[in-house]
Amino acid sequence: MQYFLLIIAAMFVNNFVLCQFLGICPFLGVSKKTDTALGMGLAVIFVMGVASIFTWLIQKLLVLAGIEYLQTIAFILVIAALVQIIEMVLKRFMPSLYSALGVYLPLITTNCAVLGVAILNISTYGVVGATSLLQSFLNGVFSGAGFTIAILLLAGIRERMDLDLVPKPFRGFPITLITASIMSMAFVAFGGLLG
Amino acid sequence: MKGQFLSSKMDIVKNGIISSNPTFRLVLGMCPTLAVTTSAFNGLGMGLAATLVLICSNALVSLLRKVIPDKVRIPAYVLIIATFVTMLEMLLKKFVPTLYSALGIYLPLIVVNCIILARAEAFASMNKVGDSILDGLGMGLGFTLALTLIGFVRELLGAGTIFKGSLGSAEFGLTLGNLPSYSLGIFVLPAGGFLTLGIIMAIINYIGQKNKEKREKEEREKLHKILEAAHSNEFSDGENNTNEEEVRA
Repeated sequence: MQYFLLIIAAMFVNNFVLCQFLGICPFLGVSKKTDTALGMGLAVIFVMGVASIFTWLIQKLLVLAGIEYLQTIAFILVIAALVQIIEMVLKRFMPSLYSALGVYLPLITTNCAVLGVAILNISTYGVVGATSLLQSFLNGVFSGAGFTIAILLLAGIRERMDLDLVPKPFRGFPITLITASIMSMAFVAFGGLLG
Repeated sequence: MKGQFLSSKMDIVKNGIISSNPTFRLVLGMCPTLAVTTSAFNGLGMGLAATLVLICSNALVSLLRKVIPDKVRIPAYVLIIATFVTMLEMLLKKFVPTLYSALGIYLPLIVVNCIILARAEAFASMNKVGDSILDGLGMGLGFTLALTLIGFVRELLGAGTIFKGSLGSAEFGLTLGNLPSYSLGIFVLPAGGFLTLGIIMAIINYIGQKNKEKREKEEREKLHKILEAAHSNEFSDGENNTNEEEVRA
């Protein structure tokens, strides 16, 4: 039950994009088509899951050594290295998945959602507060799933919006932001789920 | 000569604030832009924090631009930025704890703010230290201005206050009569952030388009006049001159 709540919270109630403003850049930048949005989403789920495990372990090491203040530097290095390693492993062993994720994989290093989930997992900023390794991992994976849901929905809407007559000043980013705003209002309603 | 030098330096700063404003024009660094702008004070704080990191990292990247090998430049930049962010985090925690807690997770996330990495890559890695610092200052001020503006609108509509905040024990800000009881809470929620930014961007686009149309119209008129002048010159040379005058009459 506890894990079920954690999953629902990560995916809907604290949706990374629409409720916490993490990963907005790819959310706005890579949401023109549903298939590229799906590719980005899958890459994010993958990296966030793996990064959650590693940063959780790193944090334990940092606490042992008494240098928690190096957290930000350590995490960003771990994430950058992880993305690089994942890229190499995928290229060698799963070329089909590698080509499907394509250019999105290296872009993820600078996606604040990944660093965000790593920091949220171990800090007091988090609403959920994942304390065990399994919880961190689940939080990472399902926060990534929440990101994927949001970006897929937006991409679907934008594909249709291309055919509509949008007033000239609103074309491009403004109408996308307003769409995101309405989606965000809908996601606020999930807040009632957890009471 | 000196005036020219000064104006070229000013252009670097102005470029970041207006013509390629990181938020409204380049659409970079959206996460903090939307997340912390629930009040003008937080927006200003975030903007200044990012500006400081931007100036420092630009300066250091520029200083080291001949030392850093090309292949590992991105990790090197990220490391430089992360170092400055960590320093800033410690400073804020000690001296401005209210801002530290208001910015929360978005403070360490300055590391992955695309503006800073983008300026390191696109400007500081190819320019001199002085210019890089100015570029950092301009971009940072543009970012600060944008964040403060969004924060101001959201605070006014969402909470009914103007620039409310506290520094140490000093509190400042304005509460507008009984406006807070009529405030629209949605503007402080995430949905309001998206909405405000979308509408501000649309207004800026509209002004930009109007200016462009005006400029084009002026240019067209200028062209018209030149053509007309050329035309009448041509005719004044020939015998048709009288004909035209007759038509006009």
